Amino acid sequence: MWPHRGISLQAPILPEKEGEIHIIDFDDENNIINKNVLLHQAGEIWHISASPADRGVLATCYNRTSDSKVLTCAAVWRMPKELESGSHESPDDSSSTAQTLELLCHLDNTAHSNMACVVWEPMGDGKKIISLADNHILLWDLQESSSQAVLASSASLGGKGQLKFTSGRWSPHHNCTQVATANDTTLRGWDTRSMSQIYCIENAHGQLVRDLDFNPNKQYYLASCGDDCKVKFWDTRNVTEPVKTLEEHSHWVWNVRYNHSHDQLVLTGSSDSRVILSNMVSISSEPFGHLVDDDDISDQEDHRSEEKSKEPLQDNVIATYEEHEDSVYAVDWSSADPWLFASLSYDGRLVINRVPRALKYHILL
Amino acid sequence: MAAAAAAGPSPGSRPGDSPEGPEGEAPERRRKAHGMLKLYYGLSEGEAAGRPAGPDPLDPTDLNGAHFDPEVYLDKLRRECPLAQLMDSETDMVRQIRALDSDMQTLVYENYNKFISATDTIRKMKNDFRKMEDEMDRLATNMAVITDFSARISATLQDRHERITKLAGVHALLRKLQFLFELPSRLTKCVELGAYGQAVRYQGRAQAVLQQYQHLPSFRAIQDDCQVITARLAQQLRQRFREGGSGAPEQAECVELLLALGEPAEELCEEFLAHARGRLEEELRSLEAELGPSPPAPDVLEFTDHGGSGFVGGLCQVAAAYQELFAAQGPAGAERLAAFARELGSRYFALVERRLAQEQGGGDNSLLVRALDRFHRRLRAPGALLAAAGLSEAATEIVERVARERLGHHLQGLRAAFLGCLTDVRQALAAPRVAGKEGPGLAELLANVASSILSHIKASLAAVHLFTAKEVSFSNKPYFRGEFCSQGVREGLIVGFIRSMCQTAQSFCDSPGEKGGATPPALLLLLSRLCLDYETATISYILTLTDEQFLVQDQFPVTPVSTLCAEARETARRLLTHYVKVQGLVISQMLRKSVETRDWLSTLEPRNVRAVMKRVVEDTTAIDVQVGLLYEEGVRKAQSSDSSKRTFSVYSSSRQQGRYAPSYTPSAPMDTNLLSNIQKLFSERIDVFSPVEFNKVSVLTGIIKISLKTLLECVRLRTFGRFGLQQVQVDCHFLQLYLWRFVADEELVHLLLDEVVASAALRCPDPVPMEPSVVEVICERG
Repeated sequence: MWPHRGISLQAPILPEKEGEIHIIDFDDENNIINKNVLLHQAGEIWHISASPADRGVLATCYNRTSDSKVLTCAAVWRMPKELESGSHESPDDSSSTAQTLELLCHLDNTAHSNMACVVWEPMGDGKKIISLADNHILLWDLQESSSQAVLASSASLGGKGQLKFTSGRWSPHHNCTQVATANDTTLRGWDTRSMSQIYCIENAHGQLVRDLDFNPNKQYYLASCGDDCKVKFWDTRNVTEPVKTLEEHSHWVWNVRYNHSHDQLVLTGSSDSRVILSNMVSISSEPFGHLVDDDDISDQEDHRSEEKSKEPLQDNVIATYEEHEDSVYAVDWSSADPWLFASLSYDGRLVINRVPRALKYHILL
Repeated sequence: MAAAAAAGPSPGSRPGDSPEGPEGEAPERRRKAHGMLKLYYGLSEGEAAGRPAGPDPLDPTDLNGAHFDPEVYLDKLRRECPLAQLMDSETDMVRQIRALDSDMQTLVYENYNKFISATDTIRKMKNDFRKMEDEMDRLATNMAVITDFSARISATLQDRHERITKLAGVHALLRKLQFLFELPSRLTKCVELGAYGQAVRYQGRAQAVLQQYQHLPSFRAIQDDCQVITARLAQQLRQRFREGGSGAPEQAECVELLLALGEPAEELCEEFLAHARGRLEEELRSLEAELGPSPPAPDVLEFTDHGGSGFVGGLCQVAAAYQELFAAQGPAGAERLAAFARELGSRYFALVERRLAQEQGGGDNSLLVRALDRFHRRLRAPGALLAAAGLSEAATEIVERVARERLGHHLQGLRAAFLGCLTDVRQALAAPRVAGKEGPGLAELLANVASSILSHIKASLAAVHLFTAKEVSFSNKPYFRGEFCSQGVREGLIVGFIRSMCQTAQSFCDSPGEKGGATPPALLLLLSRLCLDYETATISYILTLTDEQFLVQDQFPVTPVSTLCAEARETARRLLTHYVKVQGLVISQMLRKSVETRDWLSTLEPRNVRAVMKRVVEDTTAIDVQVGLLYEEGVRKAQSSDSSKRTFSVYSSSRQQGRYAPSYTPSAPMDTNLLSNIQKLFSERIDVFSPVEFNKVSVLTGIIKISLKTLLECVRLRTFGRFGLQQVQVDCHFLQLYLWRFVADEELVHLLLDEVVASAALRCPDPVPMEPSVVEVICERG
């Protein structure tokens, strides 16, 4: 999630009034892990999202406990300069003396309580941010170098019962005009220009939908996961049937992430304390094998294509990572290195893994 | 001489006047003649006389021998024997001679009369013959006279005889001519009288003569006349033939006559068939009328009877008549008949199929089979007659197709019956719940369903079995003996049904994730048990039954029992797993709502166990009862007797400190991780949604696992006040008190509940746990 280097993950459940953010640098060459701690004094962080334009800026959702009431707020923060540059000259220093985040602005939630999620516009100049609060979807404009947030537009879900958004993603396609949200068992797509609903997948999962992610290379493809232990892949043009369903986990799936460049690699984390890396070749943007037309060019070509067609990759589970002892609440790919990913579990363990080398070469070559 | 002298004294003493010599020699000669007879007859003398075989027959000294020489004998006697012996032999011989003499005398006396009468007779005969000779001579002269006369007469009559013969010839010729001249009028008369047969015979007789003498003008005229009349006759015959109506035999007669008249066979053949077609089409039309949509169709048996007697009978007649009439036509004619039969047959089949299709809807199998039997049986006759038309094959094909469709129909019926059973079960499950809390008798329902399905299967088998009954004419066709039994009945019907049953059952698992699904969980449980029962016994029973009834042969590969059993078991397992998921979800939802909707920060100090927990325990107990109705207890891990008294280890202060210590130091989090990880190293990973075993304990363990894991995850998402934490503590203790008895391994419940409380404590900014004793008091009170 951090641009340029390393990985950051929200550490969601820390029992403090003040949350903290751990910035972990992972030096691939030297295999050195470097940790920086930033204090987040406003409260415990439930969701975190980094600005795509300014690598020093991030947005968080946090719990504020006041008068025996828990209120979830959202704010935009700036990191201290020295961290932003990414230097880690004095790792000991930074880890011992916790630095503080600088508050840029609050996403004012007096009207709407309980921010569930904040999402930056993925491609833009870091001016637009969406937050999900209860049953409202709010589009904010950040002005004056993010020091002021103005509510640009909003939409809300109507319906019976208490509807609450649980998660949302901003689609990188369509000039960043689409946002997908999840509430209960339903997935919805929104157009940010008109703030109107584009599509709706009712009963996408048997139970609560926990997370969703857009395929970075195929504009209509979307992955979702939920409490029914399933990961489903959708084509938003046909919302009646999932394209594909995975049932590998044995408990709620909390996170699903497409690899940023090789979208056949899908990472899922679940409260059965497993992380599963799947290879979804059949629905990825990368074609497998040659087309039939290529066959009759020459004999050599024939040979090669035969060899390739002999081993078309099947959709399969590449690896199941069982290093975690407790529920895994977050997984993400490195934004710098497409073969690197990390997962974080309840007990605070962060595991960084690499895609198996054989598979990496298979994809590359 | 010496002998005579020697013997002299003895015969000399005999009284009698016959000379000695001849007397002495007579027996000797007789003996000689005897001997020669005997020789002639090949009897050895010795044997014949019973004498000792010793003496040579040529021995001249043998008195009885053929070559007896008195001289030699006397010499021998005189030389060899002493006097006494000589004397003896002399006396002996004399005595013998006497005896012989007396014998001869008696013989002579005896035969004397006979000789005399014989002589008389001969004398008489001589006289008679002489008379006869005279008469014969007279006869001979008479005969000569007669011969003479006869020759004279014939010579005189010769001339006249020749004239008479000639006249007779002329007479015959004249009669023929008269016939010819009368022919036209006769023919006309015959035609008028309608005696066509007679006319044709006349015509036939005259035809050749007329043909021969047509160069003579008078004959020519007759021939012309005849031809005209014949043409008219033919015309009339044709007329009659065309008018039809008079029935096949008469038509055949017409055709026969026409053929005799030398009409072209080809054309007649066409016409005959066209005519027959007309009649058969009539039959078909009447059949079609019976089919017609508006009048209530007669039952299928009646229909095939009509078809059989009307159409098929007609076809048989036509074919027989045709073959008789146009046998001379050779293969081309046969081919034409075959084509004719094929075409009409196919139309008939189309009708029959339409009728049979109406029957597919249901109805009586035995009636259908009987109808098919009749249909098939009727068609065997023309089948034999017209092998080329392949009607029999086509009929068999139709029967096969009907049989196949019938199988399909039964399969549908079975499926429908199964679904009907399910609907009944649903209703039964829904009904008592409204009436009251009384248990819906799951075991009873299961038994009902199982027996009802089994009886349906048996009924279907019995119905289908009619197709292969011995007395049914098509049951010995290869299809019905082989493929029908193995592929159709066993694979298609029985295996197909069991598979579809499994699929139907499985479809309940796949129902897209509406919460809890539309299917009542009890139904899932019941189906699961049903499938399991099928796996253990019913499938093999049904298949054995089928194999026995249908004597399935081995030439087709059939699904083995084990495969089906595996499928059924898999279905049962999936259903049970789904049941666990559904029930787990129900309880999870309850727990989740209870955690998510409560404000844990501002809650009051706990006084009671929350109602929802009691509800959870109640529901779990209800599920336990429900599952217990259908599944066995299963095994539990042995545990200490009273584990409800166990206290929460979580509250041991040391651990608490370690886990909750707020710290920014790098060492402190290390400790936290270490502690929790060490703890987890010793507990096994829990697969929450894992497949279950077929027993009660496993099912409940699954449900409780799901519920508690949900509780854990929900708790982790909330923030607790002090009293909130304490409430969780109380709730968990309460759950522990009641849930341990349901699960296989109570350690599991402890572990999860510990984890819940630990998580709650971690989520609490002010973690002050309640005293365990107080917790216990509250739980016991509530």
